Amino acid sequence: MLKSTVAAVTGSMLAPAMLVAQGGQDVVEAGAEHAAFEPFLPGLIVLLPLIGFLLNGALALSHARKSADAVRAGGEYDPFHSGDGPTTGTRDATHTLPSWIGPGVMLAAFVLVLVNFARMFAVELHDPVVIEYWTWMASGTLEVSAALQLDQLSIIMMTVITGVGFLIHVFSVGYMKDDVGYPRYFAYLNLFVFFMLVLVMGASLPLLFVGWEGVGLCSYLLIGFWFSDREKSDAGKKAFIVNRIGDFGLLVAMFLLFTVFGTLDFAAINVGAESALVYGGGMVTAITLFMLLGAAGKSAQIPLYVWLPDAMAGPTPVSALIHAATMVTAGIYLVARTSVLFALSPVGSVTVAGIGAATALFAATIALVQTDIKKVLAYSTVSQLGYMFLGVGVGAYAAGVFHLMTHAFFKALLFLGAGAVIHSMHHALHHTHKDWDAQDMRNMGGLRKYMPWTAAFMWIATLAIAGIWPFAGFFSKDEIIWYTGAAAVGPFAPLYTVFWVLALAAAMLTAFYMTRMMVMTFHGASRTGDEEAKHLHEAPLTMTVPLSILAFLSIFGGWINVPEKIRTSFLGGGGALPMSEWLHDWLDPVVHAAVVVREEALVAAGALAGQEHHYGFLEQAPVGGGELTWALISTVLAALVVAGTFIIGAKWLVKPAAESEPITGFRKVLYDKWYVDELYDRLIVQPILVTSRFLWRWIDRGIDLVVGGVGGVTKGVGWVGSLVQTGSVNTYAFVLTAGVLVILWFTRF
Amino acid sequence: MNAVLALSAVLFVIGTLGVLVRRNAIIIFLCIELQLNAVNLALVAFSRAHGIEGQIFVFFSMTVAAAEAAVGLAIIISIFRHYETVDVSSFNLLKW
Repeated sequence: MLKSTVAAVTGSMLAPAMLVAQGGQDVVEAGAEHAAFEPFLPGLIVLLPLIGFLLNGALALSHARKSADAVRAGGEYDPFHSGDGPTTGTRDATHTLPSWIGPGVMLAAFVLVLVNFARMFAVELHDPVVIEYWTWMASGTLEVSAALQLDQLSIIMMTVITGVGFLIHVFSVGYMKDDVGYPRYFAYLNLFVFFMLVLVMGASLPLLFVGWEGVGLCSYLLIGFWFSDREKSDAGKKAFIVNRIGDFGLLVAMFLLFTVFGTLDFAAINVGAESALVYGGGMVTAITLFMLLGAAGKSAQIPLYVWLPDAMAGPTPVSALIHAATMVTAGIYLVARTSVLFALSPVGSVTVAGIGAATALFAATIALVQTDIKKVLAYSTVSQLGYMFLGVGVGAYAAGVFHLMTHAFFKALLFLGAGAVIHSMHHALHHTHKDWDAQDMRNMGGLRKYMPWTAAFMWIATLAIAGIWPFAGFFSKDEIIWYTGAAAVGPFAPLYTVFWVLALAAAMLTAFYMTRMMVMTFHGASRTGDEEAKHLHEAPLTMTVPLSILAFLSIFGGWINVPEKIRTSFLGGGGALPMSEWLHDWLDPVVHAAVVVREEALVAAGALAGQEHHYGFLEQAPVGGGELTWALISTVLAALVVAGTFIIGAKWLVKPAAESEPITGFRKVLYDKWYVDELYDRLIVQPILVTSRFLWRWIDRGIDLVVGGVGGVTKGVGWVGSLVQTGSVNTYAFVLTAGVLVILWFTRF
Repeated sequence: MNAVLALSAVLFVIGTLGVLVRRNAIIIFLCIELQLNAVNLALVAFSRAHGIEGQIFVFFSMTVAAAEAAVGLAIIISIFRHYETVDVSSFNLLKW
C-alpha cells in the first residue's frame, strides 16, 4: 500500500520535470520563444511570516503582562489552567492561538512559493526577475532599492525554507506545547523565517545583509530561549559574537565590491564581473576571501565553527530549522549567488574547497565519540556543511545546492527525531524525578521498542546521510565527491586530489558515527531504568507526521538530480529513475557564467589539453575510474561501514552516564573537541581580557586623571574669579568708575 | 562758555564722588541726578556753539530722568520695606 502512494506521487512529479529537463536544453540554444515569468504575490511570501511574528509577539507580550500582574499581586500565573469558572482546565488563548498562527502563516507562504515555482516551471527564465518596491537608501553614487529577486536559485531556497520550515513549525506545536514561553517561541520562529526569506530573496548584497544579521539575531534569541539558564544564554552570546567576526568579512567584501562595481545589485555584479575584474587578480581574490570569512562564520566552517555545537542549547526544533536546514546554509547560498566572483578567483575557490574538506573531516572525527545525541548531530551538520563548501569551492555550484537541499531533509529529520527521543526521555525521567541527562545516549538504548516509528524514520535519515544508495544523500554527497576528484586539474590539481581523499574519508566516518548514534539510542538493552521505561512513549501525531514527510523526502529527494551516467546504469535501474540532472539544468542560468569562466581559464592555461572533459571537469577520478565506478565504491564502502558498525555495536558494553568510567587517551582528545575551544580561549579570549583589564586599570585611569585635572583647574580659576564678585553696589560702582577713568586715560590723545 | 563747562565738570565730579563714597541710597540717587544735570548743562552750553540740537536733547534727557527717578525711588522703597534700611553696604544680593 505504501508503495502505491509513493508511485503516485513520484508519477505526478515526473511529468513536468521531464518537460523542463528537455526545455533546459533549449535554453542553451537561446532564441527559443518563451512566455515571461509573472511572480505571484512575492511580497506577501515575505510578509506572511512577519505578520505571524507580530501576532505571536502580541500574544507573548499579553502573556508577559498577565504573569507580571499575577506576580505583583503575590501569586503565580499558570497559562495552562486559566479560566474563570470552577473547572479551570482550559489553556489561555496566548498558549493556543500560536499553534494555528505559527504553522498557518508558514503553510500559506509555502503555498505561495509553490505557485511561483509552478509558474517559473512553465516558462523558461533566463534572467532573474527583480521586483522593486522603493528606494531604500541613496547616498552619492550608492543607491539601494528594497527589491526582491526571483530566480531558479532563490525559488529552490524558498521552497526548502518554507516547506521544511512549515514541517518544523508543526513539530514544534507538539514539542513546545507545555513550555511557558510558547507564544514567544513562535514569534521568534516566524521572525526567523521572515529574515531568512529576506536573505534569499533580496536582490542586492545590503538586503541580503539585512536578512543575514536578522537570522543571526533570531538564532541568538532562540539559542538563549531558556535564558534563565546561564549556560544557554552564554551559548547564544557565543554564536552572536563569533558570527560578528564573519560579518566583518562580509562587510569588507561589500565595500570592495562597491569600489569596483559602484553598485551592490546581484544582477549587475554577475553581468559586469568578467569585464570589471581580472581573472585571478588581487582584487577579486580579496573580495572572495573576505566573503569566505563571512560565509565561514554563518555556515560554521573552520575556524569559526565553534559556535554551532554550543547552539544546541536551544530547543531541538530550532536546531533542526536554523542550525541544520536553513540559516547555516546561507554561506553556501552566498557563494552560489556570487559564483562568478569565485570562478574568477582560483585562489578564493581552492580556499573555499580546502576549508570545506578540512571541516568535513575534522568535525566528523569529533562526532565519532560524542555522547550527547544533539552534539553528534551538531558536528555531523558542521561536517556536511563542509561538503557543501567543498562542492561550491570546486566549481560544482549546483552540486553544493543539491546537497544543501537533501541535507535540509535528512538532517531536519534527524534533529526532529532526536527531539522526539529527548521529549520522550525527558517525560520518563521527569516522572520518577531521576536526575539524569535526557540527551545523553549512554542513558538511552533499546528505544526502538517504545518509539518504533521514530526509530524507522531516523534509520532512513541515517542511511541517507551515510550515502547509501538509493537514498537522497547518496546522490548529493557522491556528486560533490565526484566533482572534487574531477576538478583535480590545472594549477591546484594536487590540492584537489587531497580534498578528494579527505572527502572520501569523511564519508566513511559519517557512516560510522551515525550508525553508532542509532545503535546507542535505539538498539541493545534499555539503560534508562525499569521504572522510567514504563513512561517512554512514541511521540504524538503532530511530531510523527512531519517526520514521515521528511522521511519520504529523504528517500526520494535525491532522485531529482541523478547524473546521467548513473541513471542509465544499473544503479539508476537502467534509466528507470525519472529525472536526469534536473537540478543542474534548473540552476544553469544562475551559475552558467561561473562554470564557463572556470572552463575557459582552464582551457587557456592548457590544463585540459588531451583530456576528456565536460565543462572543465575531467571524466575520471584522480586515480582513474569513472563516475559510476566511484559512486559504486563509495556506497559499497559506506554500506560495509554501516553494517559492520551495526554488528559490532550489538556487542558494545555501554553503561549509563552516571556509571561510566571517565574517557581517556585519544578518545578524550576527540571527546573534548581537539581542545579548540581551549585554544581559542588561550589565544584570543584571554589576551583580550588581559589587555582590556590593563587598559581599564592603567590607561583609562591616566585618561581620567587628565580629563579630571582639566575640569579641576577650570573650577579653581572660577572660584578665584568669583571672589571679585562681592555683591556690594559700592564696589561695582567704584570698579566701573575706575574702568572709565582708565579708558579715558588711554584715549586722551 | 569755558566757565559753564568747568561748572558742569565740577558738578559731575561731585556727583560721581557722591555715588562712590556715600552709603545712603537716597543720597546716591540724588548724586546720580546731579551727574545727569551736569551733563544737561554741558549739552546746553555746547548748543550755543553748535546749534539747537543740544537743547532738544536736554528735553529728552529730563523726561527720561523723570521716569528713571520714579522707577529708582520705587526700588529704593521696596528695598527699604524688605531690609528696613537704605544703607547700600548692607546689600550684597548682586552676585550669584
